[in-house]
Amino acid sequence: MLLTANDLGFMVEGVFSFQLGGHTLWITTSHICLLIVILTLIIFSFFARGAMKKAKEVPTGFQNIVEMIVELLDGMIKSTMGKNAKGFLNYIGTIFIFILFSNLSGLLGLRPPTADYGVTFPLGVLTFTLITVNKFRYQKVSGVIKGLCEPWPFWLPINLIGDFAVPISLSLRLFANVLSGTVMMALVYGLLKVIAYAWPAVLHVYFDMFSGAIQTYVFCMLTMTYISDAIGDGAKE
Amino acid sequence: MNGMFNNEFILGCSAIGAGLAVIAGIGPGVGQGIAAGHAAAAVGRNPGAKGDVTSTMLLGQAVAETTGLYGLLIAMLLLFVKPLVPTT
Repeated sequence: MLLTANDLGFMVEGVFSFQLGGHTLWITTSHICLLIVILTLIIFSFFARGAMKKAKEVPTGFQNIVEMIVELLDGMIKSTMGKNAKGFLNYIGTIFIFILFSNLSGLLGLRPPTADYGVTFPLGVLTFTLITVNKFRYQKVSGVIKGLCEPWPFWLPINLIGDFAVPISLSLRLFANVLSGTVMMALVYGLLKVIAYAWPAVLHVYFDMFSGAIQTYVFCMLTMTYISDAIGDGAKE
Repeated sequence: MNGMFNNEFILGCSAIGAGLAVIAGIGPGVGQGIAAGHAAAAVGRNPGAKGDVTSTMLLGQAVAETTGLYGLLIAMLLLFVKPLVPTT
């Protein structure tokens, strides 16, 4: 019996293809799961907007939930970034909710979009862009060059590699964690099909919920730490 | 190299390579254990700081896990993407 990845069904599969400029482009399961997650979030945000429009002094029901989420995220970001938090509340909050929902979507039978390197790498690149832009903005060009030449000028290539490793390791960490959970669940459902009743729920709690939440937290935490580092003491009050 | 070995042989060697690659899991295992141990000691010394200690520990452990995950990625590439099997 030769087992292939196709029997287990955790690989990214093409749904349909189309031609564009001589290339064949595929719409895959990742795109569709991503679309579902994004649509869910957009619908949720519309409801949240509606609830906040007729907000009351004493929150009830749905308004309670929305305020709780925002307060939780803001508290987390402010406690990590301190006085630099103000400009990054929206961005970090958004990617937190997005990654969390992506990771949790494995519970609903979707293939988590974050288990595709094409989704996590752009997230890493976004973080890298933010780090670089803020570095140049607050430390100026001289500061950046001085930082690269620490502790000695011939250390420059190693420092450069260290800088460029940040987005790769960030995105690979998220990707590999979610992928390992997905593969694990696919193995359980694929190989133990006969006895896979009810008890895989315990594994879902660990691989999808616990691991997904931790990795979301870690991604946002590291993003915030790197950005704070890049800003340094240069921020004006 | 084509035709030198048959595909089954290459697949078998890939499986051995995948097994060797996940030995990388030893490192993060030891590292996370040390982190958890020290966190337990810290909570024992200062029970009031349990929340901070736990979140710091989880963050450190998740970062330490990365090297093990690289090994896992190599294993998965060898097993499922099969880069060594010649495409015919």
